[in-house]
Amino acid sequence: MTLHAICIPKWGLAMEEGTLASWLKAEGSTVRQGEDIAEFETSKIANVLEAPAAGILRRRIAAEGDVRPVGALIGVLADAGEDDEAVDIFVAGFSEASVVQEQQDSSTAIVETILVDGLPARFLRVRARTASPATPLVLLHGFGGDHMGWMFNQDAWAADRDVLALDLPGHGGSTKDVGDGELATLAARVSAWLDSQRLDRIHIVGHSLGAAVAASLALASPARVKSIVALCGAGFGDTLSRDYVEGFIAASRRKELKPVIEMLFADPGLVTRDMLESLMAYKRIDGVGDALRALAEKALAAPALAELRSELADIQVPMLALYGAADRIVTISDPAAFPWPHAIVEAAGHMPHMEAAKAVNEQVAGFLALHDGSERR
Amino acid sequence: MTQKSMRQALNEALRQEMRRDPRVLILGEDVAGGAGCEGEEDAYGGALGVTRGLVGEFGRTRVIDMPITESAIMGATAGAALAGLRPVADLMFVDFLGVCFDQIFNQAAKFRYMFGGKAVTPMVMRAMIGGGFRAGGQHSQTLHPMFTMVPGLKVVMPSTPYDAKGLLIQAIRDDDPVIFLEHKAMYDLMGEVPDEAYAIPFGEANVTREGTDVTVVAFSLMAARANDAADLLRKEGISVEVIDPRTTSPLDLDTILDSVENTGRLVVVDESPPRCSLAADIAAQVAEHGFSHLKAPILSVTCPHTPSPFSPSLEDLYMPSVDRIAAAIRKVVSR
Repeated sequence: MTLHAICIPKWGLAMEEGTLASWLKAEGSTVRQGEDIAEFETSKIANVLEAPAAGILRRRIAAEGDVRPVGALIGVLADAGEDDEAVDIFVAGFSEASVVQEQQDSSTAIVETILVDGLPARFLRVRARTASPATPLVLLHGFGGDHMGWMFNQDAWAADRDVLALDLPGHGGSTKDVGDGELATLAARVSAWLDSQRLDRIHIVGHSLGAAVAASLALASPARVKSIVALCGAGFGDTLSRDYVEGFIAASRRKELKPVIEMLFADPGLVTRDMLESLMAYKRIDGVGDALRALAEKALAAPALAELRSELADIQVPMLALYGAADRIVTISDPAAFPWPHAIVEAAGHMPHMEAAKAVNEQVAGFLALHDGSERR
Repeated sequence: MTQKSMRQALNEALRQEMRRDPRVLILGEDVAGGAGCEGEEDAYGGALGVTRGLVGEFGRTRVIDMPITESAIMGATAGAALAGLRPVADLMFVDFLGVCFDQIFNQAAKFRYMFGGKAVTPMVMRAMIGGGFRAGGQHSQTLHPMFTMVPGLKVVMPSTPYDAKGLLIQAIRDDDPVIFLEHKAMYDLMGEVPDEAYAIPFGEANVTREGTDVTVVAFSLMAARANDAADLLRKEGISVEVIDPRTTSPLDLDTILDSVENTGRLVVVDESPPRCSLAADIAAQVAEHGFSHLKAPILSVTCPHTPSPFSPSLEDLYMPSVDRIAAAIRKVVSR
């Protein structure tokens, strides 16, 4: 079979349809596997679709601007040996239902909400697509985020391990009670949730605030954490933008929130109306305002982050820090001065796992494989 | 997030606010149901089941069945609000508010102003609006323009289950009298609604479709129809921006003017007769404040200046339809 369907991808659990923003390849052009062929807008963010195989883009079925459900056929890849009739037959016989079913089967992702010490904790669990999974990976999002921010990463990392993405206290579907709002408190809550899931040894990828929580957890219980990847970690750079933190808290309308969220991306065009609307919906929930305020004044306070930074060198677990080249939130002046291994992600702001998902996915997967070590189960 | 109907979303808003604040209570006809009768308690929950289950949790002192005397319901509600409670009155059909205009217009709407700001009136008046139910001229009106023109009242018209819950919670927490209008054709509309409580501020429009060729402003059921028209016209290459202001008073004129500045064209859709309607009001305000941005005359799509007909085929012609909205949009972009 040398015909390949190009379908609307499913990025994250909530995605039901996608808008084809633009084709990046002309009909008749030859593409390599993994090459960017089309750009999509989901209800959250835009991203590029990579060619599922090498071949010639024989047919572009969807037009730019079309909205199609997840799994819908938008194009056909084939080699030169297939005639047009074969492509026609392939298109006519294509069943969306089977693709959707296949995607649901292959990505056994579920969202659960449980009580940990009486407080709701919501998390996403993506089962490893292998019979002998390596050490599980826990994802901790940043300030104002939730588990849905990992939609471009979770499936890539679940190739060889279970991936669990927690909504931190004060966020998403978890409790809005953040206690005193200190990093140590958040780390203790994460620890209690790990206990509830019987996860005694994990890798952590933390973004921004999540990276600071990961570091705090590693300082408190080093035996539990096998490695840390800090994506634009709070406390891992020189400064944290107070304009962003205060702007995010203060914005009471979508119009006010837009310029704040645009600070997160190298390409502000990625910020969609739906992304802003879902952030506003989160901010309107009872208790969120107080939770964000407490986190801003405690966990993300300059002295707290300075103290964390002074302790980073004491962390005994393998650590990799990734920075966005165009990050305006966690700024870095001289990365060469950092005593911990680090890398810069090009063409990305504060959200490299969204803006440069492919590069981040590969870098993180490689780092995790390196540190799975002999404990592979 | 969970899918819920508009009815469930409203019920959840009432329940969560009643749990949060013991001052919140409900008054209306059959809001508990079965009062004074043998048999099933709590069988009814209002004419369309919005308050079902509340009397079981909160009892008859907080879910109060009232006699069929709207003036008494509204008078008791205004008095309870003035005395420090946060009552929610269920008036069933908005058409019945006509018999309690004094309580609303002369009393509730004036307390804060006439008592020099020393009194607040935190009351909500829920009522069903709109046509499509073949219910004739006395049970099919919207009447939101009347309430909108009275200073001292706030007027809310949700178009989705998400908005319905967040706006009703805001209405209950608001210190002024709020007229909360639910379209009777939308109670079974499904949508994503968070389980937790949240409040949507008044006077903040929702841009439900983004577009560059023409701005359409519509409320309640008409917002849903405007969205359908926008989706239809997108296939014809017309890019329509749809704005649902969510509240007619306060009105988010800024968002409307910003949009008209980009598109240069405006269609206002209002399920009400044309004279002194929201369509007339918004068209006038945009003409006054945004005239220099307009590339074509403003068009409105409304009901005709007649009572709502009982005949189903006539009622379908009477209410603004997706086709009529689309035709107006095509016309305004052709100029």
